[in-house]
Amino acid sequence: MSASTHHSVLKHHFDNLEQQHAAERLGMWMFLATEVLFFGGLFGGYTVYRMWYSEAFAVASSHLNQTIATINTLLLITSSLTMTLAIRSARFGDKGGLYRNLLLTAGLGTAFMVMKGFEYAEDFHEHYVPGVLFQRAHDSAAEAVAGLSRLEAEDFFKKNPQHPEWARELVLANHGKSLGDPGYVNADHVQLFLCFYYIMTGIHGIHIIVGIGCILWLVLETYRGMIPPANYSTVEVVSLYWHLVDAIWLFLMPLLYLAGAGLVH
Amino acid sequence: MSTLTERAPLASPPPPEPIPAEPNYLNNSFSIWSWLLTVDHKRIGILYLVSITVFFVVGGIAAGLVRLSLVVNDSSIVTEDTYNRLFTAHGVVMLFFFLIPAVPAVFGNFLIPMMIGAKDLAFPKLNLASWYVFMIGAIMAVWAVLAGGIDTGWTLYPPYSSRSSTSNVIPGVMGAFISGFSSIMTGLNIMVTIHKMRAPGMTWGRLPLFVWAMYATSLIQLLATPVVAITLFLLMVERAWGVGIFDPALGGDPLLFQHLFWFYSHPAVYIMIVPGMGVISEVLPCFARKNIFGYRAIAWSSMGIAVVGFLLWAHHMFVAGISFYSALLFSLLSMLVAVPSAIKVFNWTATLYRGSITFQAPMLFSLGFVVLFTIGGLTGLFLATTGTDIHLHDTYFVVAHFHFVMVGGMVLGYFAALHFWWPKMTGRLYSDWWSRIAATIIIVGFFFTFIPQFVMGYHGHPRRYPNYPAEFQIYHVMSTAGASILGIGYLIPAIYLTLSLFNGQKAGANPWAATGLEWSTPSPPSVHNFDTTPVVVCGPYEYAIGVDQMGRGLPEGPGEGGPLGIASHEGHPSPPGPMIKETEVVG
Repeated sequence: MSASTHHSVLKHHFDNLEQQHAAERLGMWMFLATEVLFFGGLFGGYTVYRMWYSEAFAVASSHLNQTIATINTLLLITSSLTMTLAIRSARFGDKGGLYRNLLLTAGLGTAFMVMKGFEYAEDFHEHYVPGVLFQRAHDSAAEAVAGLSRLEAEDFFKKNPQHPEWARELVLANHGKSLGDPGYVNADHVQLFLCFYYIMTGIHGIHIIVGIGCILWLVLETYRGMIPPANYSTVEVVSLYWHLVDAIWLFLMPLLYLAGAGLVH
Repeated sequence: MSTLTERAPLASPPPPEPIPAEPNYLNNSFSIWSWLLTVDHKRIGILYLVSITVFFVVGGIAAGLVRLSLVVNDSSIVTEDTYNRLFTAHGVVMLFFFLIPAVPAVFGNFLIPMMIGAKDLAFPKLNLASWYVFMIGAIMAVWAVLAGGIDTGWTLYPPYSSRSSTSNVIPGVMGAFISGFSSIMTGLNIMVTIHKMRAPGMTWGRLPLFVWAMYATSLIQLLATPVVAITLFLLMVERAWGVGIFDPALGGDPLLFQHLFWFYSHPAVYIMIVPGMGVISEVLPCFARKNIFGYRAIAWSSMGIAVVGFLLWAHHMFVAGISFYSALLFSLLSMLVAVPSAIKVFNWTATLYRGSITFQAPMLFSLGFVVLFTIGGLTGLFLATTGTDIHLHDTYFVVAHFHFVMVGGMVLGYFAALHFWWPKMTGRLYSDWWSRIAATIIIVGFFFTFIPQFVMGYHGHPRRYPNYPAEFQIYHVMSTAGASILGIGYLIPAIYLTLSLFNGQKAGANPWAATGLEWSTPSPPSVHNFDTTPVVVCGPYEYAIGVDQMGRGLPEGPGEGGPLGIASHEGHPSPPGPMIKETEVVG
């Protein structure tokens, strides 16, 4: 590490690069602590309602697309590997490897978001969205079979597939039952699950997009020669963030997608 | 640098002052962009100072209108609905946009790097970003409370705030949500700076107590603010999309909101008060000319407040339907937090014992803080006790308790800091006489405003009601009269501090003969604070070498000379030994 290298990457208010890197790393760890508490509020709220309305949450979860979630989990775990390899490349001054690993990570993150986009589109198409869409889809399915017996209702739904699958199953599960009967699934509680599903995955998605932005910024910085081996710590700081975002997904995946994995449709 | 030169009496033939010729952080450039794009922690501190002063005026006017309307008990001055919007405006603006940023963002920003011997905070650009984020949030919320208003109270409890209220809840909540991130940025910046940017020799045991207090505060900002951010976000989602996260009619739980809200908002009162305690720990030794008593106890009690402060949020919910056992536990923990607070008060008192006390404005504000905070803290114990809380909950007793701590404590602490470091920040001295008058008026006005509210509350007058039985009117009139005095008290500093910028006497580097690295720089400081990195060789409060913390030994003479009663050694022909303070900084 030459003096000129130090000069270009050392910020004016630090004494030396060691101090600068230590401050950057500590700052990122503290930021991660705030992130944990930010998501912690959501996980706390989810836990309360999951314990109160476990059946409704299992039913609601079972209508999500577990295939896409599994693929997405694989994508993110792989991206953590390439991110770590990027630190290694930066540390050894392997510029080509650094570009490759950074772009791979950004690509995997983008693939995650694309998959997520397809999943959201599917959910929206099925009106599996809390609020007015959910209410209308549910109510129209319920009204359509209001006076029918259970068998007639099943038959009706087979002939009229315009009602989304989740609404049919929810209405059939509650057919002939009323609030408080065993096995009755409160549609409000299903909506509550969906609130948490959309907010948690939505905020997580925003974090992924920010992470992709940071990685592309690293690519630019590499191009500008601002990440010599002496300054590899910048890559490490971004990787800390990226790993946290991955880790959050590893909690979201079982909580949201596997809560209803035991239910068979 | 020699402290002796700085402490020379002003009456002596003045040495040619090099200060005006030297470039400092204020005069190195004058363009508007040099302020709006600055990454200098001192300039950002000034930006915050100007901004929160505006918000203080807005919140103060709302408070004045609330008090005015309560002079009569029939809502003939403002309607009930307007009254609701006024007290919400007062609460939202004062809490989120004055009290929380007041000391951390103004004085924390300005002083932390100077106190620990650093050139800047660890992340200067993040610091500037925090001001912009703060302003975006603040303007949004202030617009919301001015244009139509919010009628939920600052606590924003659903389902009223999410379903029933027809007022500007979403922009107001969005403003608080956004400005929360600014608070996190400032806290993170200050914590990293304290960890990693200390000058050689500035060990943890030599940090000024203000720095310890800011460290504790930043810890709370860092860990509590994200929780309220997500809570407010959920509230906005619930209101905007009509879902039922906290709405019992749709399976949600309003108590969950209260838990999450107070998980932040109770520690938030420590974000507001602990920096004030740090200020007092700086001012008292300086104007008592004594070493601080119990440095370690004060430092650790700040951390104790920060940690215990996280564990007692549910004492706001004793009558909201939480279980008996959790109420018991939260009651005990609430009383526990009184211990570190009391440790501070005892240590401050012991610092004053046998000190050579002078009563300049910062000292008057600080003494006011100690008395009013103690009253506020002790009445808090009434509220922490579940039995008495059932009687006092949601009455004016709570209002008075809270204002004793927040106004009597924190606002006085803020004014103490403003008066103590104003010469450092601006390079000018303000009027000594007027500042003492203002401090006295503020403290007297404060007592008149809030002591009647304790009585009202004890007699069962609920808070937030625009109408009340006639027998309470006398207390309301007294309280409003006190508020008028308080308002005048706040106006006076605005005048003499502004005037001091134009015709104030030059302050010199160290007008109070205070210890601490920030006083070793010229006033106003240069852009990089220190020409060379200082090396620290002793503790922060070596006001009297050879005198122990009980005041035994040879105390220094009280400050006499100079227009501000500036400490000088004129007429004190004491032996030079203990009087010559060892140079704090070498190199």
